[in-house]
Amino acid sequence: MRRPGPATISAVGRRYRIPLPALAGASLALVTGALALVFFVVPNDANQGFSQRIFYFHVSIAFTAYACFAAGAWKALVHLWRRDPGADLESYVAIHQGVIFGVLVLVTGSIWAKISWGHWWLWSENQLVLFLVLFLFYAAYFMLRFSVDPGPQRANLCAVYALFGVVLVPVSFLAIRLSQKFIHPVVFTRHGANFGGWMLVAYFVSQAELSGKWLDARLRELRRAYA
Amino acid sequence: MNYLADVRALARKDLLLELRARDTLPAMLLFVVSVFVVFHFSLPSSSSDLAANGLLWVAIVFTALLGLGRAFVPEREQRVFDGLVLAPSDRSAIWVAKSIATFTFLALAELLALPVFALFFHGVDGTTIAAVLLADVGICGVGTFVGAMAVVTRARDLLLPLLFLPLAIPILIGGVGASVVDAPGRYLAFLGLYDALFALVCWAAFEYVVTE
Repeated sequence: MRRPGPATISAVGRRYRIPLPALAGASLALVTGALALVFFVVPNDANQGFSQRIFYFHVSIAFTAYACFAAGAWKALVHLWRRDPGADLESYVAIHQGVIFGVLVLVTGSIWAKISWGHWWLWSENQLVLFLVLFLFYAAYFMLRFSVDPGPQRANLCAVYALFGVVLVPVSFLAIRLSQKFIHPVVFTRHGANFGGWMLVAYFVSQAELSGKWLDARLRELRRAYA
Repeated sequence: MNYLADVRALARKDLLLELRARDTLPAMLLFVVSVFVVFHFSLPSSSSDLAANGLLWVAIVFTALLGLGRAFVPEREQRVFDGLVLAPSDRSAIWVAKSIATFTFLALAELLALPVFALFFHGVDGTTIAAVLLADVGICGVGTFVGAMAVVTRARDLLLPLLFLPLAIPILIGGVGASVVDAPGRYLAFLGLYDALFALVCWAAFEYVVTE
C-alpha cells in the first residue's frame, strides 16, 4: 500500500517551519545558560550541598522523558484516528527519545541516591521505580516494533502499545505510591522552580532540535523511498 | 444481543476445543504445583509467611503467562484469524471471548493452586481470594490483548512475557498489597480500577490489532 509521496512530505514538513540552525543556536545558548546557572549562580543546598545540583538535570530530564512519551502516544492516537501518514514514524521517534531520556533519569537518579542515601538503588524512590517500569515497558516497544515487518500492521500494533503507556504511567504511579510510603524529597517546594524551569526550557529546546534533526534525516530517507 | 451471541459462540469454541484437546489446562495445573515445590526449596525456613504470599502471586502470574502463550495458538495454526476478522461481527468480541476463555482456564488452575498453596505454605483468607479474582480479570484482559499482538510478530512466544510483565507489575503490587496488609480495601479498589481502565482501552483498541 503506497501513499502519494509529495503530499506526505509537505504535510509532515509544514509542522517544522522553524529553521534547524535557529533551533540549534537557541538550544546551545539555553543549555550553556542553564549550565552556567546550575554551576555558578545557584547557591549550594543547605542539606545536601553540591550534589543537590544534579536535581536540575534529573528532574528536567524526567519531565522531558514524560513529554516524549506523551508526544509518542499523541502521535499514535493521530495515526489510529486520522491515519496521518508519518504519524507512526513521529510516534516512534518520540518514544525513542523518551527511552534515551528515561535511561538518563535512571542514571542521574541512581547517582543522586548514592550520594544522598549511600545506595545506588533504592526501591523506596517512587519516581526511580516508576521509570524502571516505564523503561521495561518501552524497551518491549522496541522488541515489538522490530519483530514485525514494516507496514500498516506494524504501525497499528505500535500505536496501540504506545497508547497503553498513557494508561500505564498513572496506574503504575498509583501502584508504586500504594506499595510504599513516600520518601522522595519534595524539592520543588523548598527551592522554587525558577532554575529548574530554565533547565526545562533548555531541555525542551535541545530536545526539539534533536528530534527535528532526526526527523529531517528520516524524511530524506522517506523521500528517497517514495521517489 | 447480537454481540453477546458472538462472544458466547467464540468463547464456547475455545472451551470446547480445550475440552477435546486438553492442551492448556493440564499443563497449567502441573506447572503451578511444580512452581510451588520450587518455591518451597527457594525459601529459607526462617523466612516469614509474608514472603510465601508474594510467591503465590509470582506463581499466578507465571501460570497465567503459560496459558496466555497458548491462547492464540489454534487461531495461528489453523489460520482462523482471517476468518474471524472477515466475519460480520464486532472485532472486540474476539478479545472478550478469548479473555473469558483464558479467565476460565486460569480460575480452574487456581481452584487447584490455592488449596495446594494452603497445604504447602499457609492458609488463604477471603481477601486474598477476592484479590486473586480481581487480578485474574486484569491479567486475562491485558494478557489476551498483548497475546494477540505477540502472535503476529516473528518473535511470538518470546515477546509475550516482555510485553506483558511491565503491564502486570501494577496487578502484582495490588495483589500482594491486598494479601499482606491489614486494611486491604485500597488495594482491592486499585485492582478494580486497573481492570476497568485496561478493559476499556483493550476493548476500544482491539480492532486495530487484528486489522490493517
